[in-house]
Amino acid sequence: MPKITYAKAAADAVAEEMRADPKVFHLSTDAPQPLLKEFGPSRVRETPITESALTGIAIGAAGSGYRPIFHWGIVTFAFVAMDQIVNQASKIHYMFGGQAKFPILFRAMVGGGGNRAAQHSQSPYSMYMNLAGLKIILPSTPYDIKGLLKSAIRDNNPVISFESSRLSSLEGEVPEDDYTVPIGKADIKREGSDVTVVALAWLVHEALAAAEELAREGISVEVVDPRTLVPMDKDTIRASVRKTGRLVVADEATPTASAAAEISALVTEDPETFARLQAPVIRVCALETPIPYAPVLENHVFPDRHRIIAAVRQVVGG
Amino acid sequence: MPPSPEKQREMLRLMQTIRRFEERASDDFHAGGIYGVVHCYIGEEAIAVGVCSALERDDKIISTHRGHGHCIAKGADLNRMMAELYGRETGYCKGKGGSMHIADFGIGMLGANGIVAGGIPIVTGAGLAAQLDGKGRVAVSFFGDGASNAGPFHESINIAAAWKLPMIYVCENNQWAAQTPSSSTLALPDVASRAAAYGIPGVIVDGNDVIAVYEAAVEAVARARAGDGPTLIECKTYRWRKHTERPEQGDRRPVEEVESWKEQDPIPRFIEYIRSHQGQLSEDEWQQMDREVLATIEASVDFAKASPFPAPEAALEDVFAD
Repeated sequence: MPKITYAKAAADAVAEEMRADPKVFHLSTDAPQPLLKEFGPSRVRETPITESALTGIAIGAAGSGYRPIFHWGIVTFAFVAMDQIVNQASKIHYMFGGQAKFPILFRAMVGGGGNRAAQHSQSPYSMYMNLAGLKIILPSTPYDIKGLLKSAIRDNNPVISFESSRLSSLEGEVPEDDYTVPIGKADIKREGSDVTVVALAWLVHEALAAAEELAREGISVEVVDPRTLVPMDKDTIRASVRKTGRLVVADEATPTASAAAEISALVTEDPETFARLQAPVIRVCALETPIPYAPVLENHVFPDRHRIIAAVRQVVGG
Repeated sequence: MPPSPEKQREMLRLMQTIRRFEERASDDFHAGGIYGVVHCYIGEEAIAVGVCSALERDDKIISTHRGHGHCIAKGADLNRMMAELYGRETGYCKGKGGSMHIADFGIGMLGANGIVAGGIPIVTGAGLAAQLDGKGRVAVSFFGDGASNAGPFHESINIAAAWKLPMIYVCENNQWAAQTPSSSTLALPDVASRAAAYGIPGVIVDGNDVIAVYEAAVEAVARARAGDGPTLIECKTYRWRKHTERPEQGDRRPVEEVESWKEQDPIPRFIEYIRSHQGQLSEDEWQQMDREVLATIEASVDFAKASPFPAPEAALEDVFAD
């Protein structure tokens, strides 16, 4: 199987779906040149920097039979479109009684690690998670992003894909044949028996590195990647925790009202899973600050494999 | 060119239907059968009817929080509208939307919308879809003078102008944004002059003159269908009632101002126009038309009241599409 980058896998998913379905079109500031060259300026629109109106335009085109893809760029820029997301996209199917479908893919880059300071290093997916009516994916590998984006483009609902900028150049095996990864299905990235680490996006790879190191100490770590945040695959996460009896949740967002908080809650509120817990749940998240610029400050704020290792040792009583 | 005598009669009937529908919706809201919020369009009927009479069924419109008139003018079913206001299962939104969210995608009515200026980008997306379809369809955004101060208005018109989208932006300038006079929030006297900033035509019409509105719309629609891009039409008008029907809703507008606009009632003006140009609408015929309109409104209330409420569990349906 050929190895390609996370960014290339995403670009391939978009191009393949545009080839397959003439109703798919693309909106973004700075149109991707290969896409523009292949599909032309009618289907690959070069837009002004007006995320609010363009988000609404995507909604209206979707309600008129199209399948728009709108790449917000860095998630920072999506905040000016919050009215269209909160008041329109998440509610429009429901409040009109389900009479029209709104198949839209919104893409946004999240995450830090690039010394881009507070506005351009955010992971705000939980701000969107409690808006009933949006599906949210968070792919962590080239294989997953291609398969999940294809599912998202074919889905009849608004889907937001949050894509960690730390993963853009990550290489991985991706099949050449058409395939999809289902929305709402977690993936066990590494099997283990002592501790479950539910890790998100870039932290999946930090968790895998941590698991490798902990294995040398005789601690067996299971790494679960939810891949989708809404709807969350509760069954897979709970089953893993029932097996291991211990849970660490790793994410680079801040912990308050976060995806990590949601994952902790869905584990502890399930009586059968709660009964198997042998230690308190630990969240390994960013510190509660805006993201600072200087590398020494940024590295201090973000979680990494070392903090995961420390948390795992703590829950196994080390 | 003015519409045919038959079409004029149909337009008059639609205007009176909006008037009578809203009088009833207001009464039933105060009587307790209709919940939440009702925003009445009374006094502005000439705009919805004038514009929608220049459209085809496949053309799209989007409305505002004050949406009953646009629904009726585009051909919505009164029974399903009233049932929605009554929160019934047979309503357009199965009781999930109410007055502020009536939509009928089957007739190209993309919904009333509770966010000022929120619908402008959405219907611009319908205009983009119409352009991609290449079948000569157009899309119309209705909004108020208040919305013309909001970002989505400017962003959407800029994009529509740059991409030559088949759009008609219809500003219903009723001169008050909720309880704030537009003279306090617009430096220019006319919203239409904003069109110059985007290189598109900006037209001012008497919004209480349905023929003037219709003729402006016909020209804008022809321009859009021809691929020449959007037009901004500003219709000067006035709302007769408070911003909302809610009892606690204040109204600081001067009584004399409200009364002077009632003298510009678009319905008698249109009857006058018909009689002076065609002489074909006797007082008896008009009274008969009004009785027929009232009977359809009464029937819609009967339909709504006879319809069941949705099952409580239906609240869980339609969060996601299949």
